[in-house]
Amino acid sequence: MRKFLEIINTLDRRWIFVFIGLAVSLPLFFPIGIKFSVSHPVQGFYDTIEKIPDGSKILMSCDFDPGSMPELYPMTITALEQMFRKDLKVIITCLWPAGPPLVERALAHVGAEYNKQKGIDYVHLGFKEGKEVVMVSMGASIPNTFPTDYHGTPVSEIPIMQGVTNYREVAMIVNISAGYPGTKEWVQQVQSRYQIGLVAGCTAVSAPEFYPYYQTGQLKGLMGGMKGAAEYEKLVGVMGLGTRGMDAQSVSHLMVFAFILIGNLAYFTLKFMKRKESG
Amino acid sequence: MQIRRLLLCWFTASLVLIATLAAIAQEQAPAESGTTIDTRWFDFNRVNILVALIVVFFLIIYFIEKAKRGRDLFVRRIAGLDAIEEAVGRATEMGKPILYVPGIDDMNNIQTVASMIILGNVARTVAQYDIPLIVPLRLPFVLPVAEEAVRQGYMSAGRPEAFNKDNVRYISDEQFAYAAGINGIMLREKPAANLFLGSFFAESLVLAETGFSTGAIQVAGTANIHQLPFFFVACDYTLIGEELFAASAYLSREPKLLGALKGSDWAKSIILAILGVGTILVSLHVEWFRNWFLVE
Amino acid sequence: MRKEIPLLITFLAGAFFIADYFIPHTGFSSWAETLNGWTIIVIAFAYVLGVANVARVNLDYIQRKGKDTPYKIILLVCLLFMMMVGIIWGIGEHTVFDWFFINIYSPMQAMMFALLAFYIASAAFRAFRIRSVQASLLAITAVLVMIGRVPIGEAIWKDFSNFSEWIMNVPQLAGKRAILIGAALGAISTGLKVLVGLERTHLGQD
Repeated sequence: MRKFLEIINTLDRRWIFVFIGLAVSLPLFFPIGIKFSVSHPVQGFYDTIEKIPDGSKILMSCDFDPGSMPELYPMTITALEQMFRKDLKVIITCLWPAGPPLVERALAHVGAEYNKQKGIDYVHLGFKEGKEVVMVSMGASIPNTFPTDYHGTPVSEIPIMQGVTNYREVAMIVNISAGYPGTKEWVQQVQSRYQIGLVAGCTAVSAPEFYPYYQTGQLKGLMGGMKGAAEYEKLVGVMGLGTRGMDAQSVSHLMVFAFILIGNLAYFTLKFMKRKESG
Repeated sequence: MQIRRLLLCWFTASLVLIATLAAIAQEQAPAESGTTIDTRWFDFNRVNILVALIVVFFLIIYFIEKAKRGRDLFVRRIAGLDAIEEAVGRATEMGKPILYVPGIDDMNNIQTVASMIILGNVARTVAQYDIPLIVPLRLPFVLPVAEEAVRQGYMSAGRPEAFNKDNVRYISDEQFAYAAGINGIMLREKPAANLFLGSFFAESLVLAETGFSTGAIQVAGTANIHQLPFFFVACDYTLIGEELFAASAYLSREPKLLGALKGSDWAKSIILAILGVGTILVSLHVEWFRNWFLVE
Repeated sequence: MRKEIPLLITFLAGAFFIADYFIPHTGFSSWAETLNGWTIIVIAFAYVLGVANVARVNLDYIQRKGKDTPYKIILLVCLLFMMMVGIIWGIGEHTVFDWFFINIYSPMQAMMFALLAFYIASAAFRAFRIRSVQASLLAITAVLVMIGRVPIGEAIWKDFSNFSEWIMNVPQLAGKRAILIGAALGAISTGLKVLVGLERTHLGQD
């Protein structure tokens, strides 16, 4: 018994890796379908977009790369679905260099589904280096900051960009971000300066950092991680990647909890045994 | 005196620049019709921010001057920073290198600037014990700054010949390729101590866990709050938020840096007092005090 | 003057943009807009310099025949290949560049990110030992939030997610705000030192 406890106490981490691998992969093949409810910040995200009048222009900044795709790509797809359903005109920018190909994929997928036309219903302005400087520069002039779209078409020739000078001509900003530059910078540089409505989707690890902004109303809505994406998919009524990943996430979290429990049980039992032996 | 003279000269220069630009702006052709023209020279909705900025600046400058006049300024013990000396000692005993990772952000991030300051201090300490200091970098623009910081550290320790340029290495621009490169260094060269000080993101746990598996003593520090939990569970010591910025003053004990630290501490005390008073007043439904701090 | 001119430029640029925050005058803001435009152009050129720097550093290493020379050669070959392929055939969908991005770069990046799941589990197993009051608070809170933020938490207890939200919105938020305020003050202090030239590490010391 003691030897077994000592093995558990100093368990080779590769065994942990094996169990976690199984906990993540098996539910993807054998879904469980655990139900979940929608949290207030995600409801806020959805409601804020729903309240925008149909046909309005929205600025969407997709600030992520392939590393954070599992959490943020479902959010992007679902946000585009909601916006296209309301016939909102979407202007998309990227502040991360590896973002544009992912945005193109999302637009190709969702745009085709809703028969949306490039240049009329949406435009992808592509990536611009400069981080906060780009955000502030767009506050002065979006066409000057992005003179062409991702495909090289001059912005002056794009119908959706007619009459769009800066943030005053967009109804709100939707930000999907994986880190820096991202939501915090949008709040600090844009929302606080121009007082424009802002909702954000971010990775689960970053979400706690943005709760203060949600609480003060600087963010009207906040989605954190794959759970946030799944909740949002539920509101919009789609069965997307976020929802499908929930079972795997639930089982893997339970597995981590089990390891913590087993580790502590082994630790305390051994400690008790040693104390008993030493009298 | 020197600071006051510097400030005076540069303040005057910036006023002249701003005034010149303003005068030119005043004479510019009117904006196109339909555009809103704002002719205000000061946004009074932001006067509270200006006052706060002036108070913070004043406190920092005041305490810098005070420190330069020879006043001893107390700074509490920061275990993580004391551990750096311990780490260097351990590396010397084991004859193994020290790994210093200054984060993944560029020089425009204040944490990277703070990390470079600490790097200079660590290099000075390391130079005295003649052990290698490996500094892997993510961005090419940080490379010359890091090289210079390490070189200066070795020079100020009187060991310029011990500086090895190859130990300050550019790895990769790509975040996880950089993390993989550092993991490789940790597994191959098995440093006795790993110092993760700067701006980190998702790669923090990858680095810290790999470092733990090699048995190195690990000290981490970042102002990126979302990464602090990962450093906490995987590192021996963690510097939280502003302790990273305090590190340069703590290690060097330079009067101007200690003074700046003291000034920002006093600013924090004022904020604490305002929070306390504000909480009580708002609880009693007195709103005017809270409204002073609203930003429109 | 080698140090003084960059310091003066730093101070003037910093002072200008601080002033821009407080001066809403359209003419003055147009200067800020112009300077922002210049900054974007300079930063864009930094990419060119970055590539040149990458090439210089790695070629230098290859010349000295260090032990990692084969990896440096692969790095430069890949850099050149992706640049040429992107310039010649473009970076749109169904191009060679896009194929490499989607089928090699994206999975590799996602894979490194996915490692975190395994590392978190092993770190949690090792670190969440209830050795003291603080450690037990940490472990219990972590477990509650971890379970509460996935659907299984609601299946165990219907208000689990609300309880977890309360932990995030009240005690977690309070602690985070405190750290945010402290870190922001530290950043202001360091920024001021850089602006007025008290801190010159980034320029190389005297």
